[in-house]
Amino acid sequence: MSPAAAPVTSNVRREVLSNGLTVLVQELHTAPLASVWCWYRVGSGDEPPGLTGISHWVEHMNFKGTEQIPRDRIKGIVEKFGGMWNGYTWVDQTTYLETASSAALDQMLFIESQRMSASLFDAAECEAERTVVISELQGGENDPDQVLDIELTATALQTHPYRHPTIGWLHDLRSMTRAHLYDHYRRYYVPQNATLVVVGDVDTDDVLRKVEAYFEPIPGCEVKHYERPEERPQDAERRVLVEREGATGYVKIAYPSPAAGDPEFFALLVLDAVLTGAKGLSLWCAFRGAPPQRKSRLYTALVGRGLASMVSGALLPTRDPFLYTLSFTAADGVALRALEDVALEEIERVRTEGVTPQELARAKRQLKARLVFENDSVTSVAHQLGYFETIAGAGYLEQIGSRIASVTLDQVGEVARQRLVAQKRTVGWFRPMAPR
Amino acid sequence: MTSIQTLSRGLDPLRTTLDNGVVILAQESRAVAAIALNATFFAGSVHDAENLPGVAYLTRRTIDRGTAIRSADDIAATLDDRGVSLRTAVTRHTLSLSCLCLPEDFDEVLALIADIARHAVFPELELEKQRQEAITSLREDQDDPARVAYDTLLDLLYGRDHPYGRRVKGGLEALEAITRTHLVDFHRRRLTPSSLKVAVSGDVSAESAVASAERAFADWVGPVAENEPIAPPQDRRSRSCQSIAMPGKAQTDIAYGFAAVRRLDPRYYAYWVMNDILGQFGLGGRLAENIRERQGMAYYAYSTIEPAEGEGALVIHAGVAPENVARTIEAIDTEVRLLGREGPTVNELEETRDSLIGAIPRMLETNESIADFMLFAEQFALGLDYHHRLPGLLQQVTMDDVKEAAADILNPARAAVAIAGPPS
Repeated sequence: MSPAAAPVTSNVRREVLSNGLTVLVQELHTAPLASVWCWYRVGSGDEPPGLTGISHWVEHMNFKGTEQIPRDRIKGIVEKFGGMWNGYTWVDQTTYLETASSAALDQMLFIESQRMSASLFDAAECEAERTVVISELQGGENDPDQVLDIELTATALQTHPYRHPTIGWLHDLRSMTRAHLYDHYRRYYVPQNATLVVVGDVDTDDVLRKVEAYFEPIPGCEVKHYERPEERPQDAERRVLVEREGATGYVKIAYPSPAAGDPEFFALLVLDAVLTGAKGLSLWCAFRGAPPQRKSRLYTALVGRGLASMVSGALLPTRDPFLYTLSFTAADGVALRALEDVALEEIERVRTEGVTPQELARAKRQLKARLVFENDSVTSVAHQLGYFETIAGAGYLEQIGSRIASVTLDQVGEVARQRLVAQKRTVGWFRPMAPR
Repeated sequence: MTSIQTLSRGLDPLRTTLDNGVVILAQESRAVAAIALNATFFAGSVHDAENLPGVAYLTRRTIDRGTAIRSADDIAATLDDRGVSLRTAVTRHTLSLSCLCLPEDFDEVLALIADIARHAVFPELELEKQRQEAITSLREDQDDPARVAYDTLLDLLYGRDHPYGRRVKGGLEALEAITRTHLVDFHRRRLTPSSLKVAVSGDVSAESAVASAERAFADWVGPVAENEPIAPPQDRRSRSCQSIAMPGKAQTDIAYGFAAVRRLDPRYYAYWVMNDILGQFGLGGRLAENIRERQGMAYYAYSTIEPAEGEGALVIHAGVAPENVARTIEAIDTEVRLLGREGPTVNELEETRDSLIGAIPRMLETNESIADFMLFAEQFALGLDYHHRLPGLLQQVTMDDVKEAAADILNPARAAVAIAGPPS
């Protein structure tokens, strides 16, 4: 057996500190690097009305200085060790990372311990960041595909907070105050609500000693999440039309998707691979280009026939049920109605006929390869460990391969029959208008 | 055994040149049970005819849609059945076919890539499909303010007559005029053994990877592709500015820049360090510190410098609210002028050098990045030991070198400025 054949996440050490902080350590001695991620179980799905976008804005503020790291000194700490740092917020999580030479382990842990306990939220910095966040939102509005996605999500979901964009609604970004931001920070940035992940060229015992030194002094306290309202069942098709100046038309079709913990999730993942090609399960690696999809059903039916120039499917693992979204870029001169009709015909065909054994085998093979490809760096491995610990709990990541392998033809047929029905779908169009 | 330990110390690639000129580079890495494959030809948009830009681009789009022995559907099945996504890409100078595959599929995928590279037939029907997709993609670019600002900047810096001012995707008219004969001719002239470099990195022994590549390419006979040097762009004596109104957009994109130096110019390393200080270090160097951190005007403000055969561009990018365009350009002018006149601080120079040197292991972590690095070193004849020499080359950059580089290029009075966004 080649030394690479063993799964890279097969030997993770999991500890919980006395203050409730979960720590995951995975030694990987493939390069002289270490990646440190700190994950918080809070995202845009935890935001009440009026405070949409607060998790993301708080993430920005957590790069703006702490008691022991002034804002203008953050730059340079890990860079000296060839490091990079960043963070992101999505529906269930807010997370921060540094990847650098493993000699910078102390510095990386120090930064994360400061971030958890001692961010400043200086009032003037909060104000300056308001316009930065609004600029980020407006940058997204330049992209018609993103505009349509936001409208589609807000139409498909009516009560669950996944309905609003992670960046928030403009009105809330204009009205939120420093007090709101700081309250959010203090409520959720506590050890019990966090997972610290360290992957790389490290010694596990040494890591744990250092983690204890930096994080044990942070007091534990209970976390009070708002209760997320359940989405009420959809019983009729919904439609949304966006008309703006633009050059290209887009169509999106969304269906309610199961939560990551729902047994149906893996059957739908396989079905998505049959329809649009397998993407794997890493949000961190999700933007690396098109999946293997030229034999997939929707590619063949739409791109193959010249109706669309791009087809994609998005089924992302989330804590609560969310959306499975199919997206199409209309080929130049093709009417959106014609594109939608053919897409719906194909969807109806898979709903009534299921998939073939050959398609099932191909989808599983693609997913197996993707799971290998997305473990290609200490940063990617650390991301996957933290992501699934945060949204689905301990042990989930290790089971993904076997759960995909055990999906049957009947299960894929059943998930298509139950979920891809007309009454549950939401259809969105972006129809470009000539410049006024 | 070369393996995990080797990579902890750096690369140890095997390099072979076949009699027909094909260069094969192989690096064993057992970190992940996968292999990255990249076949890159020295064939890009600079090789397009002046009056027909877009041929290299359409060649890239259509090359994997049929060979003498495989239909587009056969190729799709071979790839999809193995979970392989074949990426085809074209730049100004290169056309590449690359992918990741599982070790058990390596020989078959390599044979497929060789067949595509050598025997592509560009079926008429597939060309028509790709032409339509290319037109849609071009229209999307024309609707993207960041893209429009960047393309306009290249017009200002190089002009449409210069190979670097030419659009890789051509234009609507050219895309409609290109025929199958153009693609076949481009393929015959430019995709030849002497212009091909093949890089393999991953869970396979270097010897075995080289042997497989040799089997796939050794009997290929083809003409030698001639390469014209890239002429320098015209000297810029004054500032130029162009605004493109894009109704319906929410944010304005600014592209501000200069033509810099060739990758093989000895001053390149000083330019690299200088650019990092200006618009990379941390989340965007001095530019982000001013425009984003202090003034809160933009989500992104950073600069890039392009390592190219000819004088690539140093480009500053910023996305801002329409009402902040003037203030942002003023802030860019200030930072450009200041670094140009005074150079960096000692601390900035040291931190940046440490950061660039320290980042080398990250640059060489994944199989894809190792393959890219080997090809880059090969393209510019930097040597098999480039990764060993790179820290020294960066370390040798002095304060005077960086000051000189900054003084040479960073002058707002000679900048090109392109602005695309909602009408004011």
